[in-house]
Amino acid sequence: MPLDVYLNVAVGGILTGLVYGLMALGLSVIFGVVRVVNFAHGEMMSIAMYLAVVLFSGLHLDPLIMLAPIAAVLFVFGYALQAGLINPFITRPEHSQFLLLVALAIIIVNTLLIVFGPDARTVQTSYAYDSFQLGTLIVDATKLYAGGAAILFAALLFGFFRFTLIGKAIRACADNHIGALVVGLNVRHLYALTFALGAACVGAAGTMMTLIIDVTPMVGPTYTLLAFVIVVTGGLGSMPGALIGGVLIGFTEALAGLLFTPSAKSMFAFAILVLVLLFRPQGILGKRVI
Amino acid sequence: MTALLSLERVSKRFRGLVAVDNVSFDVPEGSLFAVIGPNGAGKTTLFNMIAGAMSPDAGTIVFAGTPINGLTPDAACRRGIARTFQLVRPFAALSVEDNVMVGALLRHHDVGTARERAQALLRDLDLYDKRHQLASTLTLPDRKRLEVARALATEPKLLLLDEVMAGLRPTETDRMVATLRALNRDSGLTILLIEHVMRAVMALALRVLVLDHGTMIATGTPQEVVHDPAVVQSYLGAEVV
Amino acid sequence: MAAMIARLAEGVSPRAAVLLAALLAALLLAPFIVNDYLLTVLIIILYFAYTGQAWNIMMGFGGQLSLGHAIYVGLGAYIAAFLFTRYGIGPWLGLLAAIPVAAACGAVIGFLAFRFSVAGVYFAILTIAFAEFARIGFDHLDFVNASSGLFLPVAQYAHNDLWRLRGNPAMFYYVILAATALALILCRMLLHSRIGYFWLAIREDEQAARAAGIDTFRYKMYAVMISAAATSFAGVFYAFFYNNLFPETVFNIGRSIEIILGPVIGGIGTLFGPILGAFLLTGLAETLNSVLIAFGVDLPGAKQVFYGICLLFVVVALPEGVWPWLARRLGIAERSP
Repeated sequence: MPLDVYLNVAVGGILTGLVYGLMALGLSVIFGVVRVVNFAHGEMMSIAMYLAVVLFSGLHLDPLIMLAPIAAVLFVFGYALQAGLINPFITRPEHSQFLLLVALAIIIVNTLLIVFGPDARTVQTSYAYDSFQLGTLIVDATKLYAGGAAILFAALLFGFFRFTLIGKAIRACADNHIGALVVGLNVRHLYALTFALGAACVGAAGTMMTLIIDVTPMVGPTYTLLAFVIVVTGGLGSMPGALIGGVLIGFTEALAGLLFTPSAKSMFAFAILVLVLLFRPQGILGKRVI
Repeated sequence: MTALLSLERVSKRFRGLVAVDNVSFDVPEGSLFAVIGPNGAGKTTLFNMIAGAMSPDAGTIVFAGTPINGLTPDAACRRGIARTFQLVRPFAALSVEDNVMVGALLRHHDVGTARERAQALLRDLDLYDKRHQLASTLTLPDRKRLEVARALATEPKLLLLDEVMAGLRPTETDRMVATLRALNRDSGLTILLIEHVMRAVMALALRVLVLDHGTMIATGTPQEVVHDPAVVQSYLGAEVV
Repeated sequence: MAAMIARLAEGVSPRAAVLLAALLAALLLAPFIVNDYLLTVLIIILYFAYTGQAWNIMMGFGGQLSLGHAIYVGLGAYIAAFLFTRYGIGPWLGLLAAIPVAAACGAVIGFLAFRFSVAGVYFAILTIAFAEFARIGFDHLDFVNASSGLFLPVAQYAHNDLWRLRGNPAMFYYVILAATALALILCRMLLHSRIGYFWLAIREDEQAARAAGIDTFRYKMYAVMISAAATSFAGVFYAFFYNNLFPETVFNIGRSIEIILGPVIGGIGTLFGPILGAFLLTGLAETLNSVLIAFGVDLPGAKQVFYGICLLFVVVALPEGVWPWLARRLGIAERSP
């Protein structure tokens, strides 16, 4: 196959990978601060995706425009979830926490199945088949926009944690829970806020993903697993790691789909996961938490 | 008396910090040997190396004639080195009896025999009446005795006690001292203990080793050590009679 | 032999023994009392009771959270089905082949996890990865028909062939009932034996267990391998009961989650928890289903939502599971060994 094809596929993979990265960023933020392993992450994303689909088919609102509102909805959902349900579980044994989120995941997936049915939904925007040409490089418009929006959103999030007072407070909580309490920070609120931010990431990522893939209820569990692969590879708790991991996985997935059969591409993701878990469990950029 | 345990120029460092620096000593079989010194002197690190929780960066540790550097904790226990922890670690959700049985099952594969052995030990350590209680409900002195019982159940040749007197009132300390002395006398068990409670050290030990910043600053009988000026300056503050 | 039975009965209160005997009697008589539909429901309940019990060995005893247990079911199912359809080898012999393979698979996962200190949630993710691997892998394995599925010749209803596991539902019912009873006995024996004590100690405090001379690696491996081997029987049963296998369904993560629901709801680490959990969950779910159908409502996914809600409720309100709570009410609380 000519080099061009590889290049195009690779670039497409990288752009998709940026969206994956944003999704995984949410998971990383949640784990890094609240120390909760959000097994319902992909399912939360699927909620956002269905929201985007409904808004598009009902009101013809372009997902890119709906990015902020949908992220906001997920933000509120995430806040309520953490403050209301998950908070007491922070001190409970790990598997207890995990199972709580598994339960939520099951409820979300199957409620979506009941409401929307198993058939795939798509979002066909006016620019769905457009592409840009840079020399021999052909880039899908949808992927370009999605990738771009992902970078923007991630940058906003980085900025928030770096430069705002609340962001610093959250980082303080993450570094030293007791210390934060002693200093008088409202840890419960900050945790809920963090979860909400993670949910907003996933909401934004989900909205962008509707431009790239079809939406079915089973998207939830698939992307939960993918998010874990990315976050473990990039480093649990590391924000840049999540983005790098996402791009890496997007890239490998795309090329694997091209070189082997498309269905085998997740096998590569899992192979990478196993290798990372064995030989470098802290991931590429993570700190050794275990 | 032959040396049951022998350390030869043992060192351990953690990144920049030298925790144990070139320590050598012999523990004769059947003796009661104490290691004292200020906090951070490297005593627990020393213990951890003997018990297999860590391995020395330099030097050799010889137990019953064979080197044991780098042995895993469970292998060390099977060889005959049992230990207690500075912060007591009983199996909280298990009963007192079951705690000791876990130790006894190491040498006695039959559950019935192991239970008999466990009960005998509980009687010796005055915990028999509480054998059905959950370990988490015991008082601190009882939990310490439980840990000792569990360690003894593995039928060790060498018992490592890490600050077993800490947190005990004087009467409880005396009781533990009496128990340990009886153990040593009746079964010839070699006991190596880390201690801060000088009352216990003076009453129990045959030989004392003093560590400070990872190095040995004195060794000898309790009386000798306690009057050693270096020891007084770095640790005791005043001469302990 | 007599000593072994005596040891099994030791510590079981008269009340518990009576209740157990009553339950057993009811279950033995069930095929004569209930209709075909309920019999099938009972088979499913016992299937999940058995599989949950097998999973419980890895989690409740060994302390390792496996979310990929479907891999052992799938391996058992495919090996037995393949040997039967290709070479006419009966399922019981197929089981003899499946057990070592499943145990070996468990050993690999266990070895990787324990040697490389992959624990807790990371272990769970590792197990998911392996199950997914198997799913995608089998989807491409042509000698078992890959994604098109492997089919067994449909059983003749009237003629009971225990050796080839072909027959009417009542036969399957007694097979799975016997298996569940044996699993219960096996678990009890394990719990009250040396290995059971060591498992408890390791779960409580692994470091302290090592200091007491326990080779924790070895005993964790035992838990994983025994659990995997036991689960493979469920796969053999599955293959011969349903007569069709698709990698997509058999190795699916949804299957793995179904397996854990019973024990989690019933009570992880308890003897009776998985069994009670299976009865409660499947029993209630089928009731829900029947009610919905009676109202003319067909909601695919309703059952799973119900499972999710039950799981949520138990995790939040009854973290030890329903069985310990119920046992206390009935006055027959299980003593930890």
